Amino acid sequence: MKYLSLLLGWLIFLIVGCGPKEEKAQRTLNGAGATFPYPLYASWASEYYKNTKIKVNYQSIGSGGGIRQIIERTVDFGATDMPLKPEEVEKNNLIQFPAVIGGVVLVVNLPEVPPNSLVLDGNTVCKIFLGEIKSWDSPEIKALNPGVNLPSKPLTPIYRSDGSGTTAIFTHYLTQVCPKWAKEVGFGTSVNWKAGLGAKGNEGVANYVQRTPYTIGYVEYAYALQNKLSWTKMKNAVGNIVVPEESSFKEAASFAKLEPEKHFYTWITNVSEKNAWPIVGATYILLAKEKTEVNKEVVKFFDWAFKNGDSMAKNLHYVPLPEEVKEKIRNLWKSHNLY
Amino acid sequence: MTSSFKREIFFNLAYLIITFLASFIIIFLALGIFLVLFKEAYPAIKTFGFLGFLLSTEWDPVKEVFGAAPSLIGTLITSLLALTIAVPTALGIAIFINEVAPSFLKDFISTGIELLAAIPSIIYGMWGLFTLAPLMAKYIEPFLQETIGKLPLIGKLFEGTPLGIDLLTASVILSIMIIPFTASVARDSLALTPPVLKESAYAIGATKWEVIKDVMLPYSKLGIIGGIGLSLGRALGETMAVAFVLGNVNKIPTSLLEASTTVTVKLANEFTEADKDIHLASLFYLALLLFIMSFFILALAKLLFLKIERR
Repeated sequence: MKYLSLLLGWLIFLIVGCGPKEEKAQRTLNGAGATFPYPLYASWASEYYKNTKIKVNYQSIGSGGGIRQIIERTVDFGATDMPLKPEEVEKNNLIQFPAVIGGVVLVVNLPEVPPNSLVLDGNTVCKIFLGEIKSWDSPEIKALNPGVNLPSKPLTPIYRSDGSGTTAIFTHYLTQVCPKWAKEVGFGTSVNWKAGLGAKGNEGVANYVQRTPYTIGYVEYAYALQNKLSWTKMKNAVGNIVVPEESSFKEAASFAKLEPEKHFYTWITNVSEKNAWPIVGATYILLAKEKTEVNKEVVKFFDWAFKNGDSMAKNLHYVPLPEEVKEKIRNLWKSHNLY
Repeated sequence: MTSSFKREIFFNLAYLIITFLASFIIIFLALGIFLVLFKEAYPAIKTFGFLGFLLSTEWDPVKEVFGAAPSLIGTLITSLLALTIAVPTALGIAIFINEVAPSFLKDFISTGIELLAAIPSIIYGMWGLFTLAPLMAKYIEPFLQETIGKLPLIGKLFEGTPLGIDLLTASVILSIMIIPFTASVARDSLALTPPVLKESAYAIGATKWEVIKDVMLPYSKLGIIGGIGLSLGRALGETMAVAFVLGNVNKIPTSLLEASTTVTVKLANEFTEADKDIHLASLFYLALLLFIMSFFILALAKLLFLKIERR
C-alpha cells in the first residue's frame, strides 16, 4: 500500500499545485507585445518597482501577439511597433498612444569610403532594395556622392528575415518615396523582397553587414551604434542632407501628425521638415477602453516613465517623445478620465 | 482468497491502467496537435485549397498570397543533405568506437558525442552564424567552387556568390546536430553483435574489415536504420539552428549556395509578427503540412524497416 499512498500523494500534490493561486496583495501589471522596446520597458519597470513597489511584467512576444492579446483582453496593455489604424482601434474598443521613438538607419560596409560619410536618398535606396542598382559605382550613387571614390563592386542588400516593426517602418518609407516599390512590394512587418539576403533580427543584420564587405542593410539606430557600423546620411523630403542622431529623430517626431483624434495613427517617415531624419517610427501602447481601473494604473506607469525615464531611454539609445507629444498623450488620458 | 492474492490483482490492474494511459496520452496528444493545427489553418485551407497552397511559390504577406512549395522543398533538401553528410560520419564513429579504438579512447569519444547531443540548438544557430558562416563564405565554399564546381552537372549546384548564409551551411549544421543520434544508436547496435559470430568469422580467416562489413553491419542493420529515421525526424523539425543561417528567402533554390527557407525557419521568423489573420493561418497551414510530411516520411522509414526485418 506504500506505493499507492505515494501515488495518491503525488496526485494530490499535482492537483493542489495546479489550482488557483492565492490572490496577491500586490497588484501586477501585465503587458505583452513588441520586441523592439522591450529593453526600455524592462528597465523602466525595474526602476518603477523600486520606487512604487508596483510590478510591471512585460513579455516581448512580438507586435502581432501584443495586438491579439489586448483584443482578447488577456493582458493589461499591449504594445506594437506598427500603429493600428483608427478604425481598427475603434472597432476593438482600444486606446492607443505612442511610448517612445526609434530611428532606422542604413548601414554599409564599404572599406574604401570613410565611415558615416556616404549620402543616399529614398529613390536610390529603393532601387538598391529592388535589385536595380547592382554595383556601388552606379551613376545614381555617384551623383549623390561627388568626389567620393566608389568601388566597382557588386552590392548586396541585407534585410530582416523575421517579421519586424523595423521592416514596417523602412518599407513604409520606401512606399512613400518610390512608386514602383509601392506597386510591387508595399509595406508590412514582412514583405516579399525582390533582391538581397535575409538575416535574423537587428543583431543578425548588424553582424552580417559588419563582417561582409560591400553589403548594405537597415537596422535600429541603437544597433548601428553598438556595433560601430558605418551609417549613411540621407537626403530628406525637403532635399536636405541629414545625419541620423537624436535631434533629427526628434525633429521628425515633433512635426509628424501625431494627433489624439486619429489615435496617434501616423507614420513618421519622409517628414517634410528641414532637419528631420526620414526613417523614424514610434512604438505604441494599446489599452482596453472599458477597463478603467487597470488603465489608471498603466497610465500612472507611463506618466512616471515620461517624467523620469528619458535618461534611461537615452542610455539605451531610444529617443524619448518630444514634450508636446507627451502633453497630447496626457490630454488623451484626461479625456478618458484616466489621468 | 488470501489478502496477498487480492493485492496482486490490484497491482496488476493498476500497472495495466497506468501503462495504458501513459501510451495513449501520446496518441491523444498527437491527435490533439493535428486537430488544433487543422482548426487554426482552416481559413488558409479555405482560401488557397490544398494543391493551390502546396504548389504555389508565392509568399507575400502584404498582398496576402501564400504558398508552401519553397518551404517544403527547402525542408527536404536541408534534411536529406544533412543525412548524406551525417550517416557516413556517424557510421565511421560507431565502427571506430566498437572495433578500432583502444579502451581508454572509447569512453572519451562516447562522452564527447553525447555532449554534442546536449547542446541546445540555438547555440548551434549562433555558432553557425558567427563562426561557421564566415568560414564557409571565405574558405570552404570558394574551394568547393574551384574543385567540384568545375564538374559538369554537379557544378551547377555550386553556382553563385558564396555568402555563407545558404543551404550548404544549414545542412552542415544540421548534420552536426544529428550525428550524435545516429552515432549513438549505431554504436549500440554494433555492440550487440554476438561475440560468437565475430569470433567464428575471425576463425575462418576473415580480416577485421571483413568482419565489420560482412558480420557486424548486416547484423545491426535494423538498429542503424532506426537511428537514421530518428535523425531524419529531428532534421525535419529543427528550427533555431537553421533559422540563423538560411535567410528565409522564399524561392525554390537552384544551387546549394543560395539562401532558402524551410517550414520551421518561416515559422520562427514570421510567427511573432504575423498581424493579419490569413498570414497566421497560412503559417499554421505550413505547420500542418510539415506534420503530415514528417508523419509520412517516418511511416515510410518504418515500412522499410519492417520489410528488412522480415527478410
